[in-house]
Amino acid sequence: MDILSDTLTLSRLQFAVTAIFHMLWPVLTTGMAIYLVIVEGLWLKTKNPDYYYHARFWSKLYVLNFGIGVASGAPMAFQFGTNWAPFSEAVGDFFGSILGFEATMAFMLEAGFLGIMIFGWQRVHPLIHYISTICVAIGANLSTFWILTANSWLQTPAGGDFVEGKFVVKDYFAAIFNPFMVKSVSHMFLATLETSLFVIGGISAWYILKQRHTEFFAKSLKIVLAVAIAVTPLQVYVGHLSAEQVYYHQPTKLAAMEALWETIPAGEKADWSLLAIPNEKAERNEWEIKIPNGLAYLLEFKPRLEKPVLGLKEWDEKNRPHMIGLIYYSFRIMSLIGIIFVGIMLVSVIQWLRGKLSPEYISRQRWLLWSWIWAAPLGYVAVEAGWIVRCVGRQPWTVYEKLRTADAVSHLPPENVLASLTVFLVIYTVLFFSALFFASRIVAKGPDFNLPLPEEKLTPVEVTPAQHMPDSRPLV
Amino acid sequence: METLNYLLPIVWFCILALFLFLYVMLDGFDLGVGILSLTASSEERRTILMTSLSNVWDANATWLILMGGSLFGAFPLAYSTILNALYIPIMIMVVGLILRTVSFEFRQNSRRKLFWNWAFGVGSFIAALGQGFALAGVIEGIPVDANGHFIGSSWDWLNWRSIVVALTLIQGYVLIGSCYLIMKTTGKLQETHYKTAKIAAVTTLIGAIIITTVIPIFSEFARNRLFDRPFIYIFALIPLLGVALILLLLKSLNDKKEVTPFVLTILIFLLTFIGLALVVFPYIIPPSITIYEAAASPSSLVFMLIFIGFLIPIMLFYNIYNYFVFRGKITSDTSL
Ligand code: HDD
Ligand code: HEM
Ligand code: HEM
Repeated sequence: MDILSDTLTLSRLQFAVTAIFHMLWPVLTTGMAIYLVIVEGLWLKTKNPDYYYHARFWSKLYVLNFGIGVASGAPMAFQFGTNWAPFSEAVGDFFGSILGFEATMAFMLEAGFLGIMIFGWQRVHPLIHYISTICVAIGANLSTFWILTANSWLQTPAGGDFVEGKFVVKDYFAAIFNPFMVKSVSHMFLATLETSLFVIGGISAWYILKQRHTEFFAKSLKIVLAVAIAVTPLQVYVGHLSAEQVYYHQPTKLAAMEALWETIPAGEKADWSLLAIPNEKAERNEWEIKIPNGLAYLLEFKPRLEKPVLGLKEWDEKNRPHMIGLIYYSFRIMSLIGIIFVGIMLVSVIQWLRGKLSPEYISRQRWLLWSWIWAAPLGYVAVEAGWIVRCVGRQPWTVYEKLRTADAVSHLPPENVLASLTVFLVIYTVLFFSALFFASRIVAKGPDFNLPLPEEKLTPVEVTPAQHMPDSRPLV
Repeated sequence: METLNYLLPIVWFCILALFLFLYVMLDGFDLGVGILSLTASSEERRTILMTSLSNVWDANATWLILMGGSLFGAFPLAYSTILNALYIPIMIMVVGLILRTVSFEFRQNSRRKLFWNWAFGVGSFIAALGQGFALAGVIEGIPVDANGHFIGSSWDWLNWRSIVVALTLIQGYVLIGSCYLIMKTTGKLQETHYKTAKIAAVTTLIGAIIITTVIPIFSEFARNRLFDRPFIYIFALIPLLGVALILLLLKSLNDKKEVTPFVLTILIFLLTFIGLALVVFPYIIPPSITIYEAAASPSSLVFMLIFIGFLIPIMLFYNIYNYFVFRGKITSDTSL
């Protein structure tokens, strides 16, 4: 078969598989870290043990995800060198430095304090514990910052020039603050937070529906809701800004997102395609529902365009993305989910204001609780869809308009890549289902209210060789 | 300016060596404990073994990622050529690391632990094996063209010498893992690891002897370096010191010291490491590409040095604090 003997295709597939799988886990841990900071803060402030038990309960799901995030991060860290050696050599001066920063600033901070956050409840003063939780959250979110900076630079390379195929940095700050950086980081930051909120909300809703610890989980649902009031609409707005920046900087990607074949000249009305069946061979859409003049409003908020929207046919086949249908639908699925989240948030807030979320009434809100449960996996779908738009839409470039994917790939025997890809597929499938299984077991078990509350004053610990101080960590 | 251009790659070579050494020492005992867990005689013992790592395995493994990221930024050519050449060993290592890493949480949550016990032990073993192959691959040299791009074949690293190197590295990890467990455990379990430490000390020594005699015979690059003028004295000293340290180590194990064996093992690792670094330096892709040819532009090196150099003491501080918080012995109620 063709695919199986083509290193380029196999390496792309391997990158896609490992990135998509990796993405599933940090999304929850980065967002949930912020939630853990909130509940632990509430506990320290109110001294209400419920918040302490919240921190303990959710951090179980946290570590489960964290472990797989770290495990699946290792292939990412080495893959640039193994499979994309020419790319790494060409852009290492900047891109490599950024990955170095990510590891020193973000990964290490997170890893260095995780032990105390998970096992240290009885070993350090509550305040030090809180600082550790905050450091974990900062570490996780810094890694979003740095990796998105790196990725944004691939989308809009700035701050230097390619000289004989090698990127020479002139201005590091211009490279870091490349045109995509601020909005993409914000979008991703909100994405992790939003996904985690809906996972926590969905699981809480499930307990409430089952009438298990109703009052306890009503608390987490309300915390989630309070944060979601700000996050969900903001995400739609920042998503919109992201689409705008694509329009200005990556016209090929925008054309693919919209499955737009023919250019719409400036000064015209522009329709927005809602659903279509793109046909790449014939270079047109077989069937299409359009919203009259939607695109002009979306992109410029004007009845008539000021700038033309270029269609795919403007570019030679070699210079524009393929898999238009995938890009087009991924974009629509992500946007739809963003809007669904706003809807769920609005209805819940209305019910809250009407007093229907009080402990007596809340478990009777069956349809509302069910919608939270169904919404729990949607954040993941949106995140993956967003990355497909971003990475597949960037094709045929790895560094937009500077370095072609075909020139970025290592020369490797296809059998090697096929073998590693197969191993990843097998292991990842096992890990995915194991994680689901163990997560549902943790949820089925529910919170453990027998855990000791940490004491304000720690018993002083002295180690002498003769009398061993027990390392009172819970055994794993 | 000239001196700066001369010094910067050396500084980065040293920083990378520091990261790699910290990794080999710290994740070394993690992987060693993992490999030892394959021989644990009861579920309870295995639990203690894994608990002794629960707060540190992640930070320890992160030194490798740190080293990878910094190599990428400081010596892009070395990152791409070495990883490209060593595709198979790197993938072996990565797969091992994945299995070992996920086992912590999965094992804890599972009722029948057998599968994840194996994943943990075998994963640790495979990861160490991959690292050993990669190490051997670099020492024996990577064939490159004039631009420093890899031109060999993807199985170049595999020969009987690389197998010896890998097995010796595994022994070294088992040794440092045993010494770590001596510090963290008591009673019969500790007794067991006094024994494993002794065995591993002897097997590591045998491996080291084979490697030091064989590598100069087969690798012209290493031979030239070893018998070079100022270096020959240092290289004559290293084996002597090494043997002395191993003897001290065996004695401290016999005397049932708790911390000394760990410290001595670290010194042995350090000595080996200095020896290897001296063989390689100033090359970063032996036998032909030097750190100067592979380095990023001076401005990149300065830029990275500002951020990362500033963070090194901070990282060391909170990592040490983490060890401090969880100092002491792991205990369980029943005697083992
Ligand atoms: C949401 C933002 C995000 C994105 C887009 C990525 N990651 Fe990630 N990654 C994280 C957020 C994160 C994290 C939440 O920060 C993790 C999870 C566990 C951890 O320590 O950091 C992580 C783990 C993690 C690790 C393991 C760190 C460790 O050992 O502690 C590596 C090596 C990478 N990632 C590398 C990558 C690479 C090369 C990516 C690009 C393809 C990537 N990640 C995408
Ligand atoms: C932020 C860090 C990321 C960086 C630096 C990055 C970079 C890259 C690179 C270098 C490639 C291979 C070359 C290419 O095909 O252009 C690639 C491909 C790809 N990535 Fe990303 N990526 C990142 C994150 C992600 C994530 C999180 C996902 C998915 C959830 C993803 C999905 C994909 C897909 C699907 C491909 C294959 C595209 C294709 O070849 O058609 N990426 N990316
Ligand atoms: C109406 C709502 C949304 C719009 C209009 C939107 C728009 C976009 C656009 C245009 C991109 C591509 C950016 C690029 O290629 O550079 C993108 C990427 C992405 N989206 Fe969204 N999005 C929306 C909602 C969401 C939601 C709800 C999530 C997750 C919870 C999400 C997660 C992501 C992620 C992870 C990426 C890739 C990384 C990034 O560009 O930051 N999006 N989005």
